[in-house]
Amino acid sequence: MAETLAEPARPAEADRASGGLAAYRALLRAQARSQTAYRTSFVVDLVGNVGATVFDVVTVLVLFGVTTELGGFTLREALVIVGISSFAFATADLLVGNIERLPRYVRTGLFDAVLVRPLGALPQLLLMDLPLRKVSRALFGLAVLVVAVTSAGIDWTPGRLALVVVAPVAAVVFFGAVFVTTATVSFYWIDSGELANSVTYGGRDFTSYPITVYDGWFRALFAYGMGFAFVSYHPALALLGRADPLGLPAWVGWTAPGVALVAAAVAAVAWRVGIRHYRSTGS
Amino acid sequence: MSVIEVHGLRKEFTVRVKAGRLRREKRMVTAVDGVDLRVERGEMLGYIGPNGAGKSTTLKMLTGVLMPSAGQARVCGLRPVAERTRLALRIGVVFGQRSQLWWDLPLRDSFDLLRHVYRVPAAGHAARLRRCRDLLDLDEFLDTPVRQLSLGQRMRGELTAALLHGPEVLFLDEPTIGLDVVSKQAVRGFLAELGRAGDTTLVLTTHDLADIERLCRRLVVIDHGRVVHDGSIAALHSRYGSRRLVVAELDTALAAPPTLPGAPLHRVEADGHRLVYALESAGVAEVVAGLAGLAALRDISIVEPDIEEVVARLYRSPAQV
Repeated sequence: MAETLAEPARPAEADRASGGLAAYRALLRAQARSQTAYRTSFVVDLVGNVGATVFDVVTVLVLFGVTTELGGFTLREALVIVGISSFAFATADLLVGNIERLPRYVRTGLFDAVLVRPLGALPQLLLMDLPLRKVSRALFGLAVLVVAVTSAGIDWTPGRLALVVVAPVAAVVFFGAVFVTTATVSFYWIDSGELANSVTYGGRDFTSYPITVYDGWFRALFAYGMGFAFVSYHPALALLGRADPLGLPAWVGWTAPGVALVAAAVAAVAWRVGIRHYRSTGS
Repeated sequence: MSVIEVHGLRKEFTVRVKAGRLRREKRMVTAVDGVDLRVERGEMLGYIGPNGAGKSTTLKMLTGVLMPSAGQARVCGLRPVAERTRLALRIGVVFGQRSQLWWDLPLRDSFDLLRHVYRVPAAGHAARLRRCRDLLDLDEFLDTPVRQLSLGQRMRGELTAALLHGPEVLFLDEPTIGLDVVSKQAVRGFLAELGRAGDTTLVLTTHDLADIERLCRRLVVIDHGRVVHDGSIAALHSRYGSRRLVVAELDTALAAPPTLPGAPLHRVEADGHRLVYALESAGVAEVVAGLAGLAALRDISIVEPDIEEVVARLYRSPAQV
């Protein structure tokens, strides 16, 4: 006992970075094994999960059934916007969306368990509860995006080729940051779920349409107060080579990655501050 | 340097209480109120107190889960919250109500995952796992998914999980709560073995004082967030006046129970056939000798003081603080 249980086995500092990645990979493997343990139910979930995303896109198509223009945009143009939005939201929801279950993690004690391990709390929670069944949604969103950008008659330049890859990735980062930031509110206020949902799902709906369909303070708040205009609207304008009907210069579309990084930084700070206010539960 | 050093540790929570139909009042609750503690390497410390005394809150601050409101804590020379992940490699934690295991996977898989999480060399991990399997009889349920384990089996799994990376300090929050007698014995026996090896420091909170009597030479009692006793179990007894009792069974009742120096009469039972003396300055031999000269003794027994009773008295009398 003395020899085997008490002899400490600490890795050298140098091993830690690579060891950390291996640890996260192991967590991901465990999650995959846990979820696919019930094979049939996993397949049913996988199929069922496409539903919500299909619905978003169908809504746009139905709108164009009664009108030929939406906020000054044609169907093909509007599809680029909804394509970026649904791909980005579905992917962020897959990777980060479950952080909205933070109050449950706190209640069940998972959060305490995660904090006593030698890894970051946020990546652990995300990997330990990664909803793999949502992969189908993200793939559907990607398909919509590919169809939209190939059929929109975009005048391809090297810059636009780069943007068509970078902008959706930036949009994923942005939505991920929104998920994390709104979830941290529950560190202070445990019943904040509805408010968080109104920002995350509200943001998804907002970014599915050209922002010209909205008006007044509502548009100002969501588009520029929270930054949702940079998710799909401005990048789509830059890809399509269209001037902004609202008058912002053309280069704004290219700032999307920068805005996403700012959002990620805000989320990181919110998370760190939130953890320090964490109060655990009794016993 | 001590393994654990704590100075003036405090934790305050604000709770909102209803004050009228819509209005809510903020109220400050102090869960831990200035705890000082120093624990040396290899010590086994029992940390006890009534519900809500601040035991778990203290442990959470020492393991980096909760940020203290004030005061300082160093565990293995590290600041628990600021250096949480570095500290995690050097401590093991078992929260009785929390699990470190993967619910849907066989127990064996959780152990393997923790090897990656803690980045432990395979050889040391395998050796420690082998020892735990022997001492805790894990083999029969090693391939069972954790969700199907009994509480006792799961707790043995949790203990193993906390030790596979060879921690210097093991924190245990209510490790025997809800366990059946056999599992309790297994867990206690295992921890006693760990303590005998002498390298692992153990901090244990519990409701079950039998855990303490079996495992810990040092006892810290906390009440209302403050330390009200820090010392050996014997010191607790002498401080709060609990005494060993000598019970003498007599063949024939005496007209008047004899007075013995240094051992006052505690009570008389069975119509004078049973006399109970409390040992103060006198030893057992003196009491027996004193009685033997006066009456025919049928039987003598010695009753050890009951720690439960002492602690209950301690909780009830905040005036003694």
